[in-house]
Amino acid sequence: MADVINVSYDTQIPNNVNLSSDRKVLKALEKWHPGYLDWWNRLIPRNLQQSMVYLRTAVSVDPKGWAKFDYLKMPDYRWGILLAPRLEGRTIPCGEHKGQPAWQEVPGEYRNLLKRLIVIQGDTEPGSVEQQRFLGLTAPSLYDMRNLFQVNVEEGRHLWAMVYLLQKYFGKDGREEADDLLRRSSGSDEAPRMLGAFNQETPDWLSFFMFTYFTDRDGKMQLESLAQSGFDPLSRTCRFMLTEEAHHMFVGETGVGRIIQATVDAMTRAGLTDASDINKVRDLSVIDLPTIQKKLSLHYTLSLDLFGQEISTNAANAFNAGIKGRYMESRIEDDHLLKDSTYKVLDFENNQTVEREVSALKAINMRLRDDYVKDAEGGIGRWNKIINKAGIDFELKLPHQAFNRKIGAFAHKPIDPEGQLLSSEAYSAGLSDWLPTTSDGDFIESLMQPCYEPGQYARWIAPPRVGIDNKPGDFEYVKLHMA
Amino acid sequence: MPQKQHLIDPEICIRCYTCEMTCPINAIEHNEDNVVVDARICNFCMACIPVCPTGSIDEWRVVDEPYSMDEQLSWSELPEQDVTVHTDADQEEGDRISDDDPIVALLAEAHKGVGGVSRAPVSASRPTVNLYRPNQPMKATVQGIYRLTSENSDSEVYHIILDFGGKPFPVIEGQSIGVLPPGLDEHGKSYLPRLYSVSSPRDGERSGYHNVSLTVKREEQGICSNFLCNLGLGDTVKIAGPFGSTFLLPSDPEARLLMICTGTGSAPMRAFTMARRRTAGVQNGRMVMFFGARTPDSLPYFGPLKKVPSKFLKKYLVYSRQPGQKKEYVQDRMLVERELVAGMLQDAHTHIYICGLKAMEDGVDKAFRNIAESVGLKWSRCREVMREESRYHVETY
Repeated sequence: MADVINVSYDTQIPNNVNLSSDRKVLKALEKWHPGYLDWWNRLIPRNLQQSMVYLRTAVSVDPKGWAKFDYLKMPDYRWGILLAPRLEGRTIPCGEHKGQPAWQEVPGEYRNLLKRLIVIQGDTEPGSVEQQRFLGLTAPSLYDMRNLFQVNVEEGRHLWAMVYLLQKYFGKDGREEADDLLRRSSGSDEAPRMLGAFNQETPDWLSFFMFTYFTDRDGKMQLESLAQSGFDPLSRTCRFMLTEEAHHMFVGETGVGRIIQATVDAMTRAGLTDASDINKVRDLSVIDLPTIQKKLSLHYTLSLDLFGQEISTNAANAFNAGIKGRYMESRIEDDHLLKDSTYKVLDFENNQTVEREVSALKAINMRLRDDYVKDAEGGIGRWNKIINKAGIDFELKLPHQAFNRKIGAFAHKPIDPEGQLLSSEAYSAGLSDWLPTTSDGDFIESLMQPCYEPGQYARWIAPPRVGIDNKPGDFEYVKLHMA
Repeated sequence: MPQKQHLIDPEICIRCYTCEMTCPINAIEHNEDNVVVDARICNFCMACIPVCPTGSIDEWRVVDEPYSMDEQLSWSELPEQDVTVHTDADQEEGDRISDDDPIVALLAEAHKGVGGVSRAPVSASRPTVNLYRPNQPMKATVQGIYRLTSENSDSEVYHIILDFGGKPFPVIEGQSIGVLPPGLDEHGKSYLPRLYSVSSPRDGERSGYHNVSLTVKREEQGICSNFLCNLGLGDTVKIAGPFGSTFLLPSDPEARLLMICTGTGSAPMRAFTMARRRTAGVQNGRMVMFFGARTPDSLPYFGPLKKVPSKFLKKYLVYSRQPGQKKEYVQDRMLVERELVAGMLQDAHTHIYICGLKAMEDGVDKAFRNIAESVGLKWSRCREVMREESRYHVETY
């Protein structure tokens, strides 16, 4: 009991998997650890690494004490290996092995499939930290800086979680894959990160918030479906990661919401009601709503690509093998086998968008993407409430799923945000209205000036409504090391 | 009857459903719009509070009739409330409920010895306070009452176990509850509640039963203590509370505890020890206790305490009226064990707890000063730092 719930700090690596009695894995992880620390230390600017950040650390996976808040320097954060407690009698929830006891060891026949899923998930975690490495230098407040770093250290911990699985369950090639996770690097020519969205730059804070809202939400959906895995160690790992992932969703949703709030507040103060009068709004040193829409469209569509092909044999195999379930598999009321059922997918035929009924098994990616879209829509509604409340006539929208796609049925098709197929010329001409342009980027960048006074916020972002850990408004979330 | 209801702020919630996944008894549900808590199911176990990334989950209202699920699901913002009942957000001066509250005055007086603003340990669980006001108390039944001190001792201390019959009374270690003695005072008014620190851990005197225990000394003229010490099995008691939001146990398993107490001041220390034992296991105590009484006969929990392994809890039991022996107070023994105490003073993981009679404060403070100076520390500064870092806690009466 005690060793499952409470984290062992006895060894160098905090864990609740009894690492100290697993010499082989402990040795492999201790060997990997210096490379990881080196990666971390080279990544983020030095004075920020030396600063004291008010961070949450997992000390136990028990809901009542799973996180402790305290000041620490990021390199001293205890990246640990924490798995949700094992559920007695858990069975494989889906596919041809449904109802059999969940695997505690890797099933030989699915070894490669499983390893690949873990490697892909693992690759995204350090990728996002790399993308965000310089944002601390332009943080709009200490509060936001703290949130950025919380996201970063937890992505780092999620990398640890995947590395543990690779080293514990996949022997020599698992160890090699673990090393490769540190070898690849976001945006690198020789060894880029595996997924496109993780090689894009995160140049400014609006991008960061959009990224955490849209792209981390893909991560959440992937974790949700891996949490349904019949391979129990993966399931338990992902279940605990989800608790931390919720914070990332929070940073994204409230970050964008606060930017919108600052914009509509500034517009109200200046007596502006026309959101399309971009220059007048920009003169107030806030980000105009049409540009926020463009950023939204960009990050949303990039994230849709992360779900892969609408119709996928790989996804069908993973589901059928019971190593990856659907979002909330255990709450879906069907046979969990999907042998005979069908599912509607969006496709592109004869130059138009159509719905096709296909084998539900092959449409697993599409289904997860649909669940994602639904989940993502919620926040858009709440952002629109902020705009409405201010009495400004503007509505943020998710663009059509066929817009700006690089993967799947709609890849590289000239389809506009409403889902209309256009001529290439008309499409090219419209792009600057739909996606951020260089000059939009330049304007946003011009606003990115650090604001490091406790309780102060850059003009383009409103203060949060509630402090982290219920701290008061002027709480010093980061004690900066300015030397 | 007015009751407290747990709500979620729909304007702040991001619908991540982490609370819903975490709730051990499925009291949380959602529709397309909102995530809501079912008042008929929620038992205030608080498991959902720390996992919420937004803080939206920490909302409470006192209501005559709980808001229904349908009502809550349709909200776009929370309804106003008359009284804010949950603890002060940053836990500074967390004992304050309203300025003229007599219970606040009592607690403020008890915490005076801390020498400044009391703060809860950074990693402490967030306590519920003031759930049951004195004018709407909870009824508890006596489940057990045992004399802790020997029959020969002139000190009569009882261990009293109270049961709330399955109703929520979420009290955590270090908090107090208010006992309302029956009868009227000389002005014909009901007595104010008397505060007793619970001596049981949060999950109950018996784990999972959510009953509480008190450590009560019979005072010659004490209205409430005589009432309590005369209780029998099955008798009922009116209870208000819980109260207190600073003298709390850090959840951080790395925290070291230096506990100094006399007599019934041992109650919270017992709760701390049991809580740690249940969560951390026997290996990881990191606790030291200086416990003073007149004689072993009059030291509450003498027998059970002796059985706690010293690896888990290092105990120094000190007697001031042991026949044939020199009078010894807790501060005397602290000076004898100065190396241990000095080591703890210099460790940023150490939390100090002092609980007992007001009279002990002075001697203990002097002992600390002496020990601190012997290792080149200025005690006043050291104490200030510990207090600022919420690692120095005093509750004396």
